[in-house]
Amino acid sequence: MIREAMEMPPKGGFSFDLCKRNDMLVKKGLKEPSFLKTGTTIVGLIFKDGVILGADTRATEGPIVADKNCEKIHYMAPNIYCCGAGTAADTEAVTDMVSSQLKLHRYHTGRESRVVTALSLLKSHLFSYQGYVSAALVLGGVDVTGPHLHTIYPHGSTDTLPFATMGSGSLAAMAVFESKYREGLTRDEGVKLVSEAICSGIFNDLGSGSNVDICVITQGEKEYLRNHMLPNPRTYISEKGYSFSKKTEVLRTKITPLREMVEVIEGGDAMEE
Amino acid sequence: MSIFEYNGCALVAMVGKNCFAIASDRRLGVQLQTIATDFQKIYKIHEKLFIGLSGLATDAQTLYQRLVFRHKLYELREERDMKPETFASLVSALLYEKRFGPYFCQPVIAGLGDEDKPFICTMDSIGAKELAKDFVVAGTASESLYGACESMFKPDMEPEELFETISQALLSSVDRDCLSGWGGHVYVVTPTEVTERILKGRMD
Repeated sequence: MIREAMEMPPKGGFSFDLCKRNDMLVKKGLKEPSFLKTGTTIVGLIFKDGVILGADTRATEGPIVADKNCEKIHYMAPNIYCCGAGTAADTEAVTDMVSSQLKLHRYHTGRESRVVTALSLLKSHLFSYQGYVSAALVLGGVDVTGPHLHTIYPHGSTDTLPFATMGSGSLAAMAVFESKYREGLTRDEGVKLVSEAICSGIFNDLGSGSNVDICVITQGEKEYLRNHMLPNPRTYISEKGYSFSKKTEVLRTKITPLREMVEVIEGGDAMEE
Repeated sequence: MSIFEYNGCALVAMVGKNCFAIASDRRLGVQLQTIATDFQKIYKIHEKLFIGLSGLATDAQTLYQRLVFRHKLYELREERDMKPETFASLVSALLYEKRFGPYFCQPVIAGLGDEDKPFICTMDSIGAKELAKDFVVAGTASESLYGACESMFKPDMEPEELFETISQALLSSVDRDCLSGWGGHVYVVTPTEVTERILKGRMD
């Protein structure tokens, strides 16, 4: 009895307690909820000195834009970043989890993380869930063996490429890459090409939008250019704004002053006798 | 009908100047029948941290009880209140744990963090955090709320003006949603006090 009542925080991993109840609700005719997806255009390319990753910043919930400026380029290690498309919770959880595993691995080995390590950890996790963890990733970084760029599909397959695009806007971005990519690009040319590819996704794909985020990774250093381009500013702001002259009708008001923190001064020995 | 539309809810949180406001409607229904008109959807975790839970009411209550349990354990161990960012990560982890059999809940978290800087965030039902600097919305009336907040919001509002704005946004949006309404419940939190107000709205 006591064991049932005490629910200690679980040790990690997925818990399937509510699956039976949810199936029963679906059979009764209730529709399952839709998750936050990142429709997305994510790209990566290898240039002369390293890797450049790019992403748009729109997060959608069905047809509605839930977040106009979300971050899709996730940190994995100081020299490795990963862009994520698909179900937002899955991309965030899987990149956070592998990032922690990489950190522990760095402590254990005493060396800088390698991109293939992150790749193996990600692909084995995604494969073991047979595509149900819906995360499509573009992983890029520079380690001792040089610059690397990989794509990882939700079922766990990977590709190693000089330039890659993923997400609903991948075709629009790939069109730009296929016509303008060449080997040995400089940093500025690379950033310009990535911005063009993401813009192509933003303007032509409905699932991508808002701003362009870029991350440039070279040997020993990285530059995270959050909102590098803002091609969609909000131009319809009214100068006056809304002001409500008629006050809202309030039935009841309760004001609770917040307690002030009490300072406890040590050293009083009045109670010892 | 979607599982989220079983009980009906409208939740919104907005950031002001060194303060935040979180508001909800008050209806509890079973599809189209109203059961209660004073149902609590915004819960206090500690004095400067509130969480609103929309979606299926039973999951909202269960999730709230689990969160209070975890926060109390944290308070006992750390001897201090949880920061809003940490709490958001806790909620996200609890929801993602049930990734393949989720709680049908969308939380809206609002709190004052370090140096009383306001923090708001919302999540979908599996824990994908969405941090925003202006406003977040959730519930059956979310589409109307997005529109209302997008036009009515101004940055750096004082508590009184913030209260008026969030109330007007909430009331106008729930008027366009059958499943939420029957008044409003607004909390405006500044570093020195918490003001809780019940709004009068259309009772239909």
